Amino acid sequence: MTHLSTDNGPTVGSAADEKLAPVASSADRPRAGWRAMLPTMTPWLALGLFLVISIALFGTIGPYLVGDPGQIRDIGLTAPSGEFVLGTTQTGQDVFAQLAHATRGSLQIGLLVGLIATALSCFFGIYGAYRGGLTDEAFSLLSNVMLVIPGLPLVIVISGFVPREARGLWTIAVVLAITSWAGSARVLRAQTLSVRSRDYVAAARVAGERSWRVIVVEILPNLLPVIASQFVFAVIAAILGEAGLAFIGLGASNASTLGTMLFFAQNGFALGMGAWWWFAPPGLLIALFGMGLSLINFSIDEIINPKLKNVRAHRKRARKAIRLEREVRRADRRTAGRSEAGAQEVASR
Amino acid sequence: MRFVLRKLGFYAVALWAALTLNFAIPRLMPGNPVDILLARLQQRGGQVTAETRTAYALLLGGDSDQPILEQYVQYLGNLLRGDLGVSVSYFPARVSDVILQSLPWTIVLVGLATVITAILGVLLGAFVGWKPGTWLDSLVPATTLMASMPYFWLALVLVYFLARNLGWFPMQGGFDVTLQPGWNADFIGSAIQHGFLPALTIVLASIGGWLLGMRNMMVSTLSEDYVLTAEAKGLSPTKILRSYAARNAVLPSVAGFAISLGFVVSGSVITEQVFSYPGIGSRLLMAVSNNDFALMQGMFLFITLSVLAANLVVDLLYGLIDPRTRARS
Repeated sequence: MTHLSTDNGPTVGSAADEKLAPVASSADRPRAGWRAMLPTMTPWLALGLFLVISIALFGTIGPYLVGDPGQIRDIGLTAPSGEFVLGTTQTGQDVFAQLAHATRGSLQIGLLVGLIATALSCFFGIYGAYRGGLTDEAFSLLSNVMLVIPGLPLVIVISGFVPREARGLWTIAVVLAITSWAGSARVLRAQTLSVRSRDYVAAARVAGERSWRVIVVEILPNLLPVIASQFVFAVIAAILGEAGLAFIGLGASNASTLGTMLFFAQNGFALGMGAWWWFAPPGLLIALFGMGLSLINFSIDEIINPKLKNVRAHRKRARKAIRLEREVRRADRRTAGRSEAGAQEVASR
Repeated sequence: MRFVLRKLGFYAVALWAALTLNFAIPRLMPGNPVDILLARLQQRGGQVTAETRTAYALLLGGDSDQPILEQYVQYLGNLLRGDLGVSVSYFPARVSDVILQSLPWTIVLVGLATVITAILGVLLGAFVGWKPGTWLDSLVPATTLMASMPYFWLALVLVYFLARNLGWFPMQGGFDVTLQPGWNADFIGSAIQHGFLPALTIVLASIGGWLLGMRNMMVSTLSEDYVLTAEAKGLSPTKILRSYAARNAVLPSVAGFAISLGFVVSGSVITEQVFSYPGIGSRLLMAVSNNDFALMQGMFLFITLSVLAANLVVDLLYGLIDPRTRARS
């Protein structure tokens, strides 16, 4: 292994043992175990969920509610008004309608790439680490090599060789997925290595379970938060990557995405004409969606990263204290006769 | 010594993989790049001889009857001699000349911007992480917005406000075209003025990652026993911050430099396009839109080579800074 594995992401390995141990030991109390794997609600998580859900709704329902995005009118480049919420393009198309359709396209490609890339990284990361030996060496070498080869230039070159007619949604998705699985494969490998050496995994192997069953039933549940976080990263990266690709005219030829919108805005001289309503919304939407996903990831990170475990425990304790204090105060008001000292004593616990 | 050898071995494998990818991609893709390229060459008034054809066929595959292994060996031989073919879009310039001409622009722009970002991000992250739970900490999630912005979109917004509306910076190009490129004050000043916005874009878009990584490491380093010991000894907080906490917390950021460089290079490729900056990125895109496959391959090879070389240097330095990595391997 090269030392490249010391990245800024969740530092795994021995530390992961500490964290996952309580989950494993609390098997007799399954509900508590599952709750330990769900993030606690914070204002930031709420904001993230709100952003992601509202943008996803906009992308799924929006296209049915807006007019035809391709319709050409003779009112080119009008500023936002009551009729056209986000103004019109150079050829008088409704920017808001385009935005709804483009959001749907971007979300589609993001999900598609996220799924393919996560599947690839699970295969190379988990299966390789589980088999160990030569397979592991080969897989981890492959993912390290893929990691240091710069992704976007590679994507550009690959898409450059594909003729325009053959450049569909799936082609772009596969190309983006092939160039983006490596990072999470490495994270998953490190996690798997630590789970693999647990006694119950060894027991399952000794009992003669087939390897796919050991992986799916014994190892995978422990990795779910990590996989979820890697999936979220993959979706962000895919939407950004596709937007970049489409912006330079190498996107899917049969789909309209936020990147293609920016491509047309740039080629329609939106910048020089000062038509901010044309190029600002698509990028802002990408940024907000990415921000929402990152905020969700923060909360997942607090579960998988043992180093942030204290932050979470601390927050829980503080919240419990506040709740207790409130209850005590309410009880105080009801009984009205009790002294403040009692309340403070309970609260300070 | 073993550590250095291992590193060199890994990068040799990575280099070989990049070369092989470069060889395989055009052969695996549909379409016949050689014919398109030769047709364009003829349009430009180039002489299409049988040799030109075999040279391109070696680079891009196609209708050659040679066994694939032989093609591969010859391809590697051509690369070793630095022969990347002739560019179609800049005919009759050689691919290697086109690359060498645009390389300095990108290296200076991306290199400077990355170093500035790294230093700023690590410093800010150290301060934010030093006092967890204060109002500074609540700024951290806001950096995710910056990190999720498409580089090129941020560039568009900056151009709109700072160049178009305020007129502080030029909107396009790498230098004032009326000036003669050279080592004189006028030219360098104009290059700095033109490079400021692209650099600002890169700094703004990539600082969030550095800040966050450093802050997280800082928080966990502060709970280490040696920090407690230092506090118990009565050392001043600045000394603890500088010599005890930040020093150890910065290590993963140094290692992360390698990965972030790949991202920055990728991001700057498209940013250059927004500014029509005369660097590698916009040349690569020019090559793509002109079907200049030879130039495309050469560019990809060069970008990969530079990223690999930078990574190798950082890796070797990291071995010096952190003895644990040497012991582990």
